[in-house]
Amino acid sequence: MEITWSVFVVIVGAALVTFVPRVLPLMVLSRFELPAWAMRWLGHIPIAVMAALVGQELLGGGGSFNITRNVDLLAGILTFFVAVKTRSLLLTVLFGVICALVLRFVMI
Amino acid sequence: MDKQQFMNGVKDCVPTLLGYLSIGFAAGIIEKTAGLSIAEIALLSTLVYAGSAQFIFAGMITASSTAAGIVATIFFVNLRHLLMSAALSPYFRKLSPVKNMLIGSLLTDETFGVASNQAASENKIHPSWMHGLNVTAYLNWILANVAGAVFGQWITDPEGFGLDFALPAMFIGLLALQMVSRKKYAVDITVGISAAIVGVGCGLLFSSSIAIIAATLSAATIGSVIEKWK
Repeated sequence: MEITWSVFVVIVGAALVTFVPRVLPLMVLSRFELPAWAMRWLGHIPIAVMAALVGQELLGGGGSFNITRNVDLLAGILTFFVAVKTRSLLLTVLFGVICALVLRFVMI
Repeated sequence: MDKQQFMNGVKDCVPTLLGYLSIGFAAGIIEKTAGLSIAEIALLSTLVYAGSAQFIFAGMITASSTAAGIVATIFFVNLRHLLMSAALSPYFRKLSPVKNMLIGSLLTDETFGVASNQAASENKIHPSWMHGLNVTAYLNWILANVAGAVFGQWITDPEGFGLDFALPAMFIGLLALQMVSRKKYAVDITVGISAAIVGVGCGLLFSSSIAIIAATLSAATIGSVIEKWK
């Protein structure tokens, strides 16, 4: 149950380099009135980040397309339509989990 | 602090809890397997509070990498937070730098996603709502990591039962809801598809964290250009 000194040092270092990118733009940019083009650009960030994360989750960063990934892709597409239809994040997550469970059971 | 807004933030965090509970649990198991003590795991998830960084931490500690190597890798993996923090900054213009620091310090992929949805549908984000969201996600994450470390030895297949799909399902939900409330379908779908293609394509050549940054930068630029033309 103890904390080793060498592990502690790495944890603190990792915490610092994670903390700075998280807080710096919020602390600095929130003090200025940003120009219209910058606001427009920043407005596209949420869709871009989420779509990039979804792409990697479903098609894999590793690049190998196997049968499990295809099942996940199908579950992903169905989950997307459930999200649009229900407009509820909770129902979407629950549907996604059950859908993945059933599809894997049926298809693999 | 507005109590009602804080509680709304807590409530809006609930749909993300399952996804981060399962990924945090998995992180706890891997951290324990890497030889970290429960106290170290609690400290790691409290101070670093970032899924991908903690998986890398566990992997590199076992591979006996240098401290500088681990810290540098984690820095690059979490650089995407720069973009998310910048994207939220216009909504917290009235707050002091210290309060912005508090909000930013608990920024994650999920809290960013939920906050962006709030911004898209309400056109503003209440600071107390943001704190409610942040604190709930934070406590859930620490709890999940410690639970994984303590109970992980009895779970043979942590990825089973479809629970590992809770995280992608959450991102899909955040993406879809964002598009529905923004109602800029043509440009948003183009941005989304570009980001996914660049992200997966770059992921084949580079690390997935660099791919996410490249995808976000290029897709947001494509979106701005399209919007400017219209």
